Amino acid sequence: MLELRKEYFADERDDNLNEIGKGTQRQDMLGHVTGASTYFNDHKLQGMLHLKVLRSAHSHARIRRIDLSEAERSPGVRRIIRGQDVPRNLNTLLSLINFGVDDEPTLAVDKVRYKGEPIVAVVADSHREAFEAIAKIRVDYEPLPTVFDVEDALKAGAPVVNETYPRNTFTYHERYDHQKLRFGDVERGFAEADHVIEHRYQMSPIEHAPTETNGSIAAPDTNGRYVVYTSTQALFFSLDTCAKILDVPSNTLHFIGGTVGGGFGGKVDTLTEPLAILGAMLTGKPVRYIFGREEEMQYGPPRGAERIYLKDGVRRDGRIVARKVRAYFDSGAYTRLSSYAVVKCAAHLPGPYTIPNVYGDIYCVFTNRTPATAMRGFGVTAMDFAIECQMDRLAELVGLDPMEFRILNAYRDGDMKAHRREAKNTALVECVQVAAEKAKWPIREEFRRMSSRQGVAAPAPRREQAPAPRPTYERAPGYEPAGRNEPPPPPAPAPAPAHGATRFSSVFGTRRR
Amino acid sequence: MSKHRGRGMASINYPIGMNLGGDPSQALVHSNPTGKFTVALSSIDLGQGMKSVTRQICAETLGVPVEDVFVDTADSDTGPHCMGSFASRGTHRVGNAVVAAAKEARGVMMEAAAEELEVNASDLETDGRGNIHVKGAPHRSITTKEVAMAAQFKQGKTIAGRGIFLVPLSPVDPETGEMSPATCYAHACLVAEVEVDDETGEVTVIRMDSAYELGRALNPRLVEQQLVGGAWMGISHALYETPEPYYPNPKHGPRDFVEYVMPGPGDICPHDLAVLERPAPDGPFGAKGPGEMCANPVLPAVANAIYNAVGVRVDELPITPEKVLRGLRAQGGAKPKARR
Repeated sequence: MLELRKEYFADERDDNLNEIGKGTQRQDMLGHVTGASTYFNDHKLQGMLHLKVLRSAHSHARIRRIDLSEAERSPGVRRIIRGQDVPRNLNTLLSLINFGVDDEPTLAVDKVRYKGEPIVAVVADSHREAFEAIAKIRVDYEPLPTVFDVEDALKAGAPVVNETYPRNTFTYHERYDHQKLRFGDVERGFAEADHVIEHRYQMSPIEHAPTETNGSIAAPDTNGRYVVYTSTQALFFSLDTCAKILDVPSNTLHFIGGTVGGGFGGKVDTLTEPLAILGAMLTGKPVRYIFGREEEMQYGPPRGAERIYLKDGVRRDGRIVARKVRAYFDSGAYTRLSSYAVVKCAAHLPGPYTIPNVYGDIYCVFTNRTPATAMRGFGVTAMDFAIECQMDRLAELVGLDPMEFRILNAYRDGDMKAHRREAKNTALVECVQVAAEKAKWPIREEFRRMSSRQGVAAPAPRREQAPAPRPTYERAPGYEPAGRNEPPPPPAPAPAPAHGATRFSSVFGTRRR
Repeated sequence: MSKHRGRGMASINYPIGMNLGGDPSQALVHSNPTGKFTVALSSIDLGQGMKSVTRQICAETLGVPVEDVFVDTADSDTGPHCMGSFASRGTHRVGNAVVAAAKEARGVMMEAAAEELEVNASDLETDGRGNIHVKGAPHRSITTKEVAMAAQFKQGKTIAGRGIFLVPLSPVDPETGEMSPATCYAHACLVAEVEVDDETGEVTVIRMDSAYELGRALNPRLVEQQLVGGAWMGISHALYETPEPYYPNPKHGPRDFVEYVMPGPGDICPHDLAVLERPAPDGPFGAKGPGEMCANPVLPAVANAIYNAVGVRVDELPITPEKVLRGLRAQGGAKPKARR
């Protein structure tokens, strides 16, 4: 099923190693296949209590009053926790790396901003008693207007989701409502193009769907410390987040992870640990807080939806000369990690291609839905969907095979990327060549002979013994970084394409491939 | 009414590690008195194989058999700081920290061996099978167990090492987005073949062929596990799942695995994989990392294959039978493109 194509880049590798490159059986394999591996929820502690939260019934509402009188008398209830009980109720995850402003409460106090937002936590002797007490809590809501569409959220007069960001957008560099990417002169690029197309792409939200839902167990230990068994993907990230929210020195907490039953990005947000530890602090007993499946699917954070507008200019010879992107990340009601993904997305533009004029505006937008978070391919998956569907359209427009069109525009070693760093260690051309060969998708000889590297020809494709003559190469001229606040000089007008051979006009002058 | 086949492709790259860097990880490596090593990490194994890949890296660097190394993860009291298991950073960041720690431990081990053999440490080499011997004179040899015993009880040396790996944080230019997002990138190209039923709108993925370039494949079986599983996730993203089926309308969200639609075992298709290895100059033994990227090319490749099969472009995910049927109706039926 998997074949290693050792003939590629063989001169850059030392394959003569003892352990590296071997398909050694996993250290934890026997535990996994026999069911012996330990997960956080396998720790059953003496006198363990159970924590559950009351979640908002509205997507956006002011909380007028919370009546706990009946719930407090409910059987088995040990403690009811409200926002006022949380030492530092407001937090934002990336404050640990000094990015963003605290904008999300552990327990909502005066307002709820998405359906399912936690308002009150109940610690009880059993799950059932916790749920029964929650059913007896009375919350008096004043529903507020809602906004669910990212572009509606940006309109004047849209409901303010999160007062920390009154324009419903995360603030970049203390002055912009989006992250910019500027490279070359995109309008000039469109003017030089033979075809310009623009399309809208919509990525759906996605549930991580781990087999093991988010959860943790916190227990008092000696010396005033607490031991925390957790499903987290990021042990110290979660530990430091809890130390901040609970306002304790970090060495108060001893976090023990272990085998995680599926993460995919959905176990970074530290959703259960702060309340489980606070429950243990307030009761002196071990406290377990684990999401049910419905909580995981609806109120655990998903991969956020993204809406992308992609405008491209392409010449008749197949070279893409301009790419302009406007994208909206749906962060939900709070920032979590979406602000970070926006910058990562800007860095990813314009995909693995060398395009002389690139323009990007990427927004992190707040709406009245469950906050989004990281997921496999964070900041990139949706953009790749948009770019690669667009690439298919462009190839058809100029009458090129989609594989050849990719190879033609692929970035190579020495090319300048839109975030102004030189491309190195690239291998897109070779991946396209090998995938085409495996799928028996015919591409022309000159495209099979191209390389990501300067002065190196691709290895002879399999089942092809006749050696082709090595093409000659010229290195692209070196790139001189432009001044910090001015765009780089526009590219020289492209010479007339001598297409059909292995020669293309490149971004920074002429070079052969 | 009939079924139409089509093929589509996509090519992608993916950055390794947290965007902009600034995401350190540490590792500790130490030997017990009989020459068995422990790697202490606070990093998390999510099932991706963190324990195994760091174990191989440590054994290779020390020059001992992999059986002589075990990796302990996920304890904040015993494992030094790690940013976390995300952003395709495990193999690259943690692996580099383990290389650094194991190099330091190896240095002490070789010094202790040199003292026992009464030679210079620089004249020694490991055979990867638990022995240390003089270069060119394999008979002048000592086992790592004997070295560890001597270090602990005779010489009073700790065969141990500390390692950290950090890509310094890059600034971002507010006006241009100039930045250093990542030090290396993995690459991929994937071909998907689909069958579209123009009566039901249902899409079946028939097969996939792909080529991935991941830097050095430290453990090809773990790579295969990631790529096969990730492609399944890609099919699921492309055709099936979402917790908000009428996005941006938030209603009718699924609550369990009955309502949340995902492909089952019967929907998995043959997937033929090729792996290319262009070593990352700053990767542990040249490794990058396959973890996140492997779902990404599947989404557009499937969408492009559907277009090739019936001429319908669906630009909103997931590509449900309803959306395919609406597209077919809008254009007056299937309009297959040239077979590839």
